[in-house]
Amino acid sequence: MAEYSAFSLLANALKGNKDWKPAWRKPDPKASYDVIIIGGGGHGLATAYYLAKEHGITNVAVLEKGWLGSGNVGRNTTAVRSNYLLPANTRFYEHSMKLWENLSHDLNYNVMFSQRGCLNLAHTPAQFDDYARRGNAMRHLGVDAELMTPAEIKRLIPALDVSDAARFPVLGGLMQRRAGTARHDAVAWGYARGADRRGVDIVENCEVTGFLRDGDRITGVTTSRGDIRAKKVAVAVAGSTGRVMQLAGVETMPIESHVLQAFVTESLKPFIDTVVTFGMGHFYMSQSDKGGLVYGGDIDGYNSYAQRGNLPVVDEVMSEMLALFPGLARVRMLRSWGGVCDMSMDGSPIITTGPLPGMYLNCGWCYGGFKATPASGWCFAWTIAKDQPHEFNAPFTLDRFHRGLVIDDKGQGANPRLH
Amino acid sequence: MLITCPYCGPRDVIEFTYQGDANRERPNPASQNLDAWNAYVYDRLNPAGDHNEFWQHSGGCRSHLKVVRNTLTHEISSVAFARGDHASTSRRKAEGKS
Ligand SMILES: Cc1cc2nc3c(=O)[nH]c(=O)nc-3n(C[C@H](O)[C@H](O)[C@H](O)COP(=O)(O)OP(=O)(O)OC[C@H]3O[C@@H](n4cnc5c(N)ncnc54)[C@H](O)[C@@H]3O)c2cc1C
Ligand SMILES: [Zn+2]
Repeated sequence: MAEYSAFSLLANALKGNKDWKPAWRKPDPKASYDVIIIGGGGHGLATAYYLAKEHGITNVAVLEKGWLGSGNVGRNTTAVRSNYLLPANTRFYEHSMKLWENLSHDLNYNVMFSQRGCLNLAHTPAQFDDYARRGNAMRHLGVDAELMTPAEIKRLIPALDVSDAARFPVLGGLMQRRAGTARHDAVAWGYARGADRRGVDIVENCEVTGFLRDGDRITGVTTSRGDIRAKKVAVAVAGSTGRVMQLAGVETMPIESHVLQAFVTESLKPFIDTVVTFGMGHFYMSQSDKGGLVYGGDIDGYNSYAQRGNLPVVDEVMSEMLALFPGLARVRMLRSWGGVCDMSMDGSPIITTGPLPGMYLNCGWCYGGFKATPASGWCFAWTIAKDQPHEFNAPFTLDRFHRGLVIDDKGQGANPRLH
Repeated sequence: MLITCPYCGPRDVIEFTYQGDANRERPNPASQNLDAWNAYVYDRLNPAGDHNEFWQHSGGCRSHLKVVRNTLTHEISSVAFARGDHASTSRRKAEGKS
């Protein structure tokens, strides 16, 4: 496999870029593995990478029903941040942020991580107080956070009207400068190449259709490409969690699947160089390196596995965009798409051993799991290798709901569509 | 997506408010069975296919409805009043109007 360096880029450029090798093999599945990971999304691939790199476990297969990156890892709006309120979340997402900061170097793959900042706008005094509280909570745990005044915000985002005449006047904002964006496909490809190079088999077009069992114990999977045995079977299927767990006989989960849509405009000249979120509704936007404005809002709000959205939310997101930036009214939308999110009952993820012997579970990412990709893989690999959680994911158990230990950053209660 | 309200007929989904999973059964308020309460609050079937759910026609007659909707296709196969006689599933249907 090719290492990327200034020299290899130049040498290949001079040869017309015809000699690049595929970044990962296309192996047929073996009859058995030490670890099978179901789901070739960012989290499954990162898990395989860290299993090999941190724990020396390389007899591993990642089984992906479609093509690599066809799930949420290739559908998200690429925002990466660690601006949470509750300590369990802050510690976990900050661990992720630290891995992001070194990821391109670690993978020898440019994931285009760009610390352009993430700014949450406040439009009411109560909201501003709430952001001050969250910023203080972050700084207590060593995460960067700063409050910004309207004048500072105006300098950062000249297109934003911060005057009293605005439809929703801006009273200030909470900024995390180290937050930003990353190229989501490159994250999947980089982890895939890194895992493959350490011996992991990445098997695409291989759908898991059931589980092999010995009594209660999971001993492998049945797939569209035959039965495969494994000592340990890890599930990391994001929006498909409900379906896959039902294949294992787990009928109910603290999860609902919901569709989230995203949008991108035609390319513009540089318009905004940070991620901005709108506090009067649910809207967020950044600009991609190609120039398109990438933005989104709420989930559609009812259970769905459709991987496409419905029009009312399109309408809603466009109105919020124009409330914030009326000047974008004549910019054309290029594409929109949907992804299926596994919304949990408290808005926080689940990374755990079980629930069946031989099984390991990674789910409940809601619509915020892209930023978690490195830490999710890192913690899940630790949990699989050692049969116990790392302290960073110890609070994210499956039984926390029944034990009254929910991690509800937004305080919305057991109402997945509000998280 | 259109939902056919038994009172008002087919209306755009924007007139309705989703009120969640209708598969759950609320325990008797006097019940002290913690497992039953936990299951009611946190556990979901989350099927890929037909799903029983509550919607309110909040922008219309304000009735609470029980709807069966396919979560893969958004196809709606039944709409009934959330409470009461299921024979009233669709007045229009009963009157042969649909
Ligand atoms: C529109 C949108 C915008 C988002 N924006 C952001 C954002 O800005 N920031 C952020 O942090 N997060 C965001 N998210 C959330 C984030 O993308 C997800 O939480 C995260 O990517 C989920 O983890 P994953 O990458 O492993 O999932 P996926 O990429 O979905 O991986 C799961 C994989 O499992 C496979 N699979 C499913 N069933 C089977 C089976 N039976 N057999 C084999 N394989 C199977 C699927 O095909 C899929 O490839 C967004 C999500 C969406 C949909
Ligand atoms: Zn009605």
